[in-house]
Amino acid sequence: MHEMALAESVIDLVEDAIRDKDIAQVKSVVVEVGILSHVSPEALLFCFDAVCRDSAAAGARLEIVRVAGAGWCLDCGKTVPLSERFGACPECGRHHVQMTAGDELRVREVEIG
Amino acid sequence: MMCTVCGCGEASVETGKTGADHVHSHDHGHDHGHGHSHDYGTGLAGVHVPGLSQERIVRIERDILSKNDSHAAANRARLAELGVFALNLVSSPGSGKTALLVRVLSDLVGKVPVAVIEGDQQTSNDAARIRATGVAAIQINTGKGCHLDAHMVGHALDDLPLEPGSVLFIENVGNLVCPAAFDLGEAHKVVVLSVTEGEDKPLKYPDMFAAADLMLLNKSDLLPHIEFDVAACVANALRVNPRLKILTVSARSGEGLDSFLDWVRAGQALARATAKAAALA
Repeated sequence: MHEMALAESVIDLVEDAIRDKDIAQVKSVVVEVGILSHVSPEALLFCFDAVCRDSAAAGARLEIVRVAGAGWCLDCGKTVPLSERFGACPECGRHHVQMTAGDELRVREVEIG
Repeated sequence: MMCTVCGCGEASVETGKTGADHVHSHDHGHDHGHGHSHDYGTGLAGVHVPGLSQERIVRIERDILSKNDSHAAANRARLAELGVFALNLVSSPGSGKTALLVRVLSDLVGKVPVAVIEGDQQTSNDAARIRATGVAAIQINTGKGCHLDAHMVGHALDDLPLEPGSVLFIENVGNLVCPAAFDLGEAHKVVVLSVTEGEDKPLKYPDMFAAADLMLLNKSDLLPHIEFDVAACVANALRVNPRLKILTVSARSGEGLDSFLDWVRAGQALARATAKAAALA
């Protein structure tokens, strides 16, 4: 359940970003979570609700934007879609694929009310 | 787990000395009586309400792990200045990390300066086992936490007597999932897998094997008694991480430990030489 620690990090980043601003309420927090990242969106939502209570983001909705997976296949010499971390190239079936997208864990922005 | 009082983790640090370090307890409960709805906007601002004014949006664009990573960078700089070679030992519970460490420490103690940070959810049993070898050990109890983070390790470094040029072993919480994501400032993650686990573990828990630089396949003394395909395990590990170095070892019989110790000493020599060169610069 490292999603709890990640949810706390999200709150920290939000609090840092709005600290010096006159903001009544944070309506939503938008995070990008790649489909190949080691994070369960459901667990992150659950944990965010738990940790946002006593923070500047209390009551905010967490919006998770999934980022599709992609990798560079060394054998095919091109970017291919990846649906599984460390998965095979969908075209040649080999595993010489370097992940280039889908690993994102990023706080994009907050919407304030 | 950040405490809002001092910005410190919920984790407690136990130094083996009397006198209190700061310990926090957090026991407020949470209930959930509301649902969620999610609409993923694709508009210019990436927001979910079309036409929403940009002033209502505060861009953040920071990695969720960036705070941990900045603590890790601080730890790494501190260790580099001292010429300390730090290893982050990770595995599932029961792989024999502590037994391996005790065996390795008994070979190193008196020859090279060495120190240990022990991470567990509860108890200081492991630190006590380490201290029995004569090596200084700090116990971090993560409480509910499932992994060590760089901030906890930074606090442990404050309390740990660390000689320049030491080898520092950080034994992470037994967990093959979460510690993979948290950089502690170590030189290398070393993943321990025992032959009593499945040979497909590197495929089931690929993140850890991808994050590690060295895999120790432990409990090799049990191989004659069990069905475990070493070649298949190695192939699986190399599939998720083609650069992974692999040693077959036994904390019990001592098999393979000379090679591991050679690797540790080489890393230590490099860390020392690098610190010396940096001091001249």
